[in-house]
Amino acid sequence: MSRTMTGARMVVEALRDQGVDTVFGYPGGAVLPIYDELFQQNDITHVLVRHEQGAVHMAEGYARSTGKPGVVLVTSGPGATNAVTGLTDALMDSIPIIVLSGQVPTFLIGTDGFQEADTVGITRPCTKHNWLVRDTAKLSETIHKAFHVATSGRPGPVLVDIPKDVQFAEDEYRGLKQIEPARYQPARKGDVTAITQLAELIEKAERPILYTGGGVINSGPGASQLLRELADATNIPVTSTLMGLGAYPASGRNWIGMLGMHGLYEANLAMHDCDLMINIGARFDDRITGRVADFSPGSIKAHIDIDPSSINKVIHVDIAITGDVGHVLEDLLKIWKSRGRKTNSAAIGKWWEKIEGWKSKNCLAYKNSDTIIKPQYALQRLQALTADRDRYVTTEVGQHQMWAAQFLHFNEPNRWMTSGGLGTMGYGLPASVGVQMAHRDSLVINVAGEASWLMNMQEMGTAVQFRLPVKQFILNNERLGMVRQWQQLLHGERYSQSWSDSLPDFVKLAEAFGCKGAQVQDPKDLDDAIRQMIEYDGPFILDVLVEKHENCFPMIPSGKPHNEMLLGDASTEGAIQGAGAALV
Amino acid sequence: MNALNIQQGASSHSAYDLRDPNSQVEERHTLAVLVENEPGVLARVIGLFSGRGYNIDSLTVAEVDHTGHQSRITMVTSGTPAVIEQIKAQLGRIVPVHEVHDLTVEGASVERELGLFKVCGQGDKRVEALRIAEIFRANVVDSTLESFVFELVGTPSKLDAFADLMRPLGLKELARTGVAAIARGV
Repeated sequence: MSRTMTGARMVVEALRDQGVDTVFGYPGGAVLPIYDELFQQNDITHVLVRHEQGAVHMAEGYARSTGKPGVVLVTSGPGATNAVTGLTDALMDSIPIIVLSGQVPTFLIGTDGFQEADTVGITRPCTKHNWLVRDTAKLSETIHKAFHVATSGRPGPVLVDIPKDVQFAEDEYRGLKQIEPARYQPARKGDVTAITQLAELIEKAERPILYTGGGVINSGPGASQLLRELADATNIPVTSTLMGLGAYPASGRNWIGMLGMHGLYEANLAMHDCDLMINIGARFDDRITGRVADFSPGSIKAHIDIDPSSINKVIHVDIAITGDVGHVLEDLLKIWKSRGRKTNSAAIGKWWEKIEGWKSKNCLAYKNSDTIIKPQYALQRLQALTADRDRYVTTEVGQHQMWAAQFLHFNEPNRWMTSGGLGTMGYGLPASVGVQMAHRDSLVINVAGEASWLMNMQEMGTAVQFRLPVKQFILNNERLGMVRQWQQLLHGERYSQSWSDSLPDFVKLAEAFGCKGAQVQDPKDLDDAIRQMIEYDGPFILDVLVEKHENCFPMIPSGKPHNEMLLGDASTEGAIQGAGAALV
Repeated sequence: MNALNIQQGASSHSAYDLRDPNSQVEERHTLAVLVENEPGVLARVIGLFSGRGYNIDSLTVAEVDHTGHQSRITMVTSGTPAVIEQIKAQLGRIVPVHEVHDLTVEGASVERELGLFKVCGQGDKRVEALRIAEIFRANVVDSTLESFVFELVGTPSKLDAFADLMRPLGLKELARTGVAAIARGV
């Protein structure tokens, strides 16, 4: 069989060889040959989005819920520039994405041709790597290389820019077996000496804590299993970043909740007071550390990360282990077991007593109401009514996101998709579409705020077109809630531009899109409304009118250490001052 | 607890554990970065420095292995020890970067830079310029009745010194290549 074919066919052939079943994209002049090839095959489903930003977030949702890379196809110029936010989002959250972009023909590059943009230049800082393919002979190999780079080491987004003449020209296709092994091979195994040191520390530690992050989930389901085994065997408490929720089950014995700016009191205090901090696949983000100088002052810190640049970037650690979380945890467990499975159990027992004391503060308490739906209550009911299902949750960005992280419980990895690093409003709706494409029969809910949701609401059209029963659970406070909260705490209650005026009628909007919507504002009707949303066979928008001025607590004000957390409205007077005000 | 008596900041990740990682003293380091000779690789390296706010004091780049498609970037950068470590780690994660060597800490190395100095003048100043050039072992690579172009190879400080002496003698223009460096021995 001749393997000579056009560049456009090579693209489809390479995607097929890579096991791709779904591509999210939008056609345009510079990718027409590839769309022509897609038309003539049935192995790959193309999801027609409404905006290229949506395509990338869908691919992110697909990737995060499956562990496989997400694939995006866009045209040159505006098609590529619209993908930039999604690429940056995927870079910050380490999500493997392959974006294929059309480009003007090679002989027009540099002439300011129609729909020309310097796509590799624009996306260089927001991709893990990118390529401009000037020669059809190199196209198939470059696409295979792109998949390798996106998924190896610390995952991330890549982009392959393909000029239109390269798509038309013919050359030899090179399959996976015909290409040279890639030079890019990040180490996966951790240093055994350092791992042994860590095992020794685990044996002696009196107040240890496992601080886990998205790296556990990116490492695959095996890593989550090993984390569970480690925590259960050592009785060490487990906290997680926003990105790592579900790696250790919320129903697990050692779970003490999410940490960070809006994390749980007990988790943050345990981080502050621990004597051994084991960071597993997290990166000491500023949402986690608070004031760096006062971060967990008395602890020995160990850091397991596949990316050497994450180590000692923000917090200097005592034991650095560069490697894949799964491999390192496997070695750590093996070494710790072979040394006799020792822990300082008496001291850890006391440590747990202290943590139970912090837990009794009940830091998520809020004042409920008979007349107005509190956003926390809405999420508690959503949790209660969906707990028995295999449920996938995406979110937008803001207060609702933090409340969702606090009140929804995740017992498995890959069930929670949220824009953590970049904080991209408009992420959740397209991400929910991408998740549902990968899990057609599962319950997929986007917990949203009305302002975020409007940013990419055009993707409801995609959900309807592909009969994806995504549930849009909008906590509508007619405010940019998190902005409003900061203005209240930080800017003298001057609420500059932080309200949502002229909102659409979400029920009518649902009808206009050809799906179903409902509005609920009485707490008594909430359960029925949630049930109606879940049971409806199709996309659904539930407009939950909630308390407009609820603040998200607990909160570590910017520039403060973990042990100066705010627990409720009473303690907010003058909470953020001086240098802290300059932080975000 | 610290039963193992691990020094704060010591780590197997660091190539040299004994420096104080929290020192705020800025150090000058010469890095040799071996990269795949592919389009955009220099932009990636420079973009890393501008995007993350690191300093570039000088930078040279050229292909050193045509068949192996390898180029060598020599860069001189300055920062606190923590920043230098971060620069090396960040360079190392650029996909087409093959190797990063910190010549400042990996043993003795040789640094050389080439400078072209255009010195204009007549009479005594012209004679004096020529005399100093001989002392510095600079070559005259162009001459008119009113000007010389001197070529000088040496360490950056030698070039600095030569420029300082030439300035009152009519230094009009100066072109420097930036530092090329290589480790001593095998």
